[in-house]
Amino acid sequence: MKLTEEQVRYVAGLANLALTEDEIHTYAHDLSDILTHIDKLNELNTDGVPPMAQVLFSAEDTATLREDEPHACLSNADAVANAPVTSQGYFKVPRVIER
Amino acid sequence: MHIPSLTIASVRQGLAEKQFSAVELAQEALAFAKAENPKTNAYLTFSDDRAITAAREVDARIARGHDPGALGGVPVGVKDVIVTRGVRTTCGSRLLENFIPPYDATAIERLEAAGGVILGKANCDEFAMGSSNENSAFGPVRNPVALDRVPGGSSGGSAAVVAQGTAVVSLGSDTGGSIRQPASFCGCVGVTPTYGRVSRYGLVAFASSLDHIGPFARTVADSATLLQTIAGRDSHDATSSTHAVPDYAAAMQLPLQGLRIGLPKEYFSGLAGEIGDRMQAGIEVLKKQGCQIVDISLPHTEYAIAAYYIICTAEVSANLSRFDGVRFTSRSPKAESLIDMYRNSRGEGFGPEAKRRIMLGAYVLSHGYYDAYYLKAQRVRSLITRDFAQAFENVDALVAPVSPFPAFKLGEKTSDPLQMYLSDIYTITGSLAGIPCMSVPCGNTASGLPVGMQILTKHFSEDLMFRIAHQYEINGGFSA
Repeated sequence: MKLTEEQVRYVAGLANLALTEDEIHTYAHDLSDILTHIDKLNELNTDGVPPMAQVLFSAEDTATLREDEPHACLSNADAVANAPVTSQGYFKVPRVIER
Repeated sequence: MHIPSLTIASVRQGLAEKQFSAVELAQEALAFAKAENPKTNAYLTFSDDRAITAAREVDARIARGHDPGALGGVPVGVKDVIVTRGVRTTCGSRLLENFIPPYDATAIERLEAAGGVILGKANCDEFAMGSSNENSAFGPVRNPVALDRVPGGSSGGSAAVVAQGTAVVSLGSDTGGSIRQPASFCGCVGVTPTYGRVSRYGLVAFASSLDHIGPFARTVADSATLLQTIAGRDSHDATSSTHAVPDYAAAMQLPLQGLRIGLPKEYFSGLAGEIGDRMQAGIEVLKKQGCQIVDISLPHTEYAIAAYYIICTAEVSANLSRFDGVRFTSRSPKAESLIDMYRNSRGEGFGPEAKRRIMLGAYVLSHGYYDAYYLKAQRVRSLITRDFAQAFENVDALVAPVSPFPAFKLGEKTSDPLQMYLSDIYTITGSLAGIPCMSVPCGNTASGLPVGMQILTKHFSEDLMFRIAHQYEINGGFSA
């Protein structure tokens, strides 16, 4: 499977990654290599094999549930402490909606 | 006290006999670690205040006549992808250079409750993606056994601090081999428990269906003690298991007579030279203990890398979308619109390997490709897991190599990402199946580089795995 630079640009857009021209060139090559290896999976007939999304173990249906009791949560100051830009206890981002 | 040769038992004895207090030990261990660290770059951050506070608590327990705890006073290193309240947690990423977590991971809470003393945070590949620790934004770690070589990855720092003696035990994380491979490269014990055995709460997510927290130590007993303290159900992680945690220390004492050990032929067929020789020597030790060695087959092994790099990168592309320049990370100064803020903050902040995996994951999940890649890989994951289940109908445990080669030189493999991925072949299968697996030392190559041997057992059979590893160790296996 060969990936064109055009496809790499499209995927970078999906992933919200700004890439340089050099990076686009490198990733087109690297991803093509990896996808060519991945094509190996087509040798296998997997009809009727269930997909495994998680390592599951037999347990009661309610095993992962807990009592619905209130717990302390992060304070507002703690929650925003690592944000690069905040204002009055909120995360601040560039304007999204034009007035 | 000789810091680099301490064990959990010798710390316990030293405290009981008043050879040193926990605070004295913490101070000396910190001073030693800081003096040694420039050789390897294994620690990224030291947590002096936290260490001294924890040590004081241990001394206070002893003064009250209480038990100091299973890890009382023991110096611990923690991989920098596990969050520690008030102590910087970078994930080896420029994006999180100044991130100070507001809470502790469950594993951290538990090991401190048992008296563990966290000295600092260990270097790693960015967001735990890599096999050499060369993907850290804060520089590579050097292997303490051979300073011109890599320590393995992604938990390279966690392996190095234990091998270097700047911690007695450490925590790492494993997604496709990130504990076992560095343990084998640095000559220490590394344990990947059953998926769900240890809570992932506070482990910064890489590939959630594959991520594990697990211990590094210089002895099997120490690794078992650390796992014993952190294992068990946690209501903060719905995938953590309610399965009871057995007494590992008791289980380890049983002899191995009569156990059936399987050797998967797919793991040994391509194994030439010194690694193969070391493995044979290790297997001889098990034979002498009365194990019956059986050849078995795991027929889908050759498809594991392809399946893994679809599943893990798909999960990466979803998990790493949280690093958006809004909540935890630095923001690009070139952020005029919302979309530019995302794209530039991420483009400038992530390193090359993180970007490569995000891209691959976004591609395999993109419209029209989901069935061909992601769903196909999940079906193959079922087949690989089935291989193990069938093998365990016939044998009690499996023994296999950890890596096709010993620690390589810094820079030797960075130019070819696919080759780096392919080197994970022996560790990825166990990760996909979610079974417990560990690496134990198995002698050295002629040039003195450590070789690791992998032991794998059924889900939640860590007790049997530790038993095999411990009996192997006390009967000379580590220097086989």
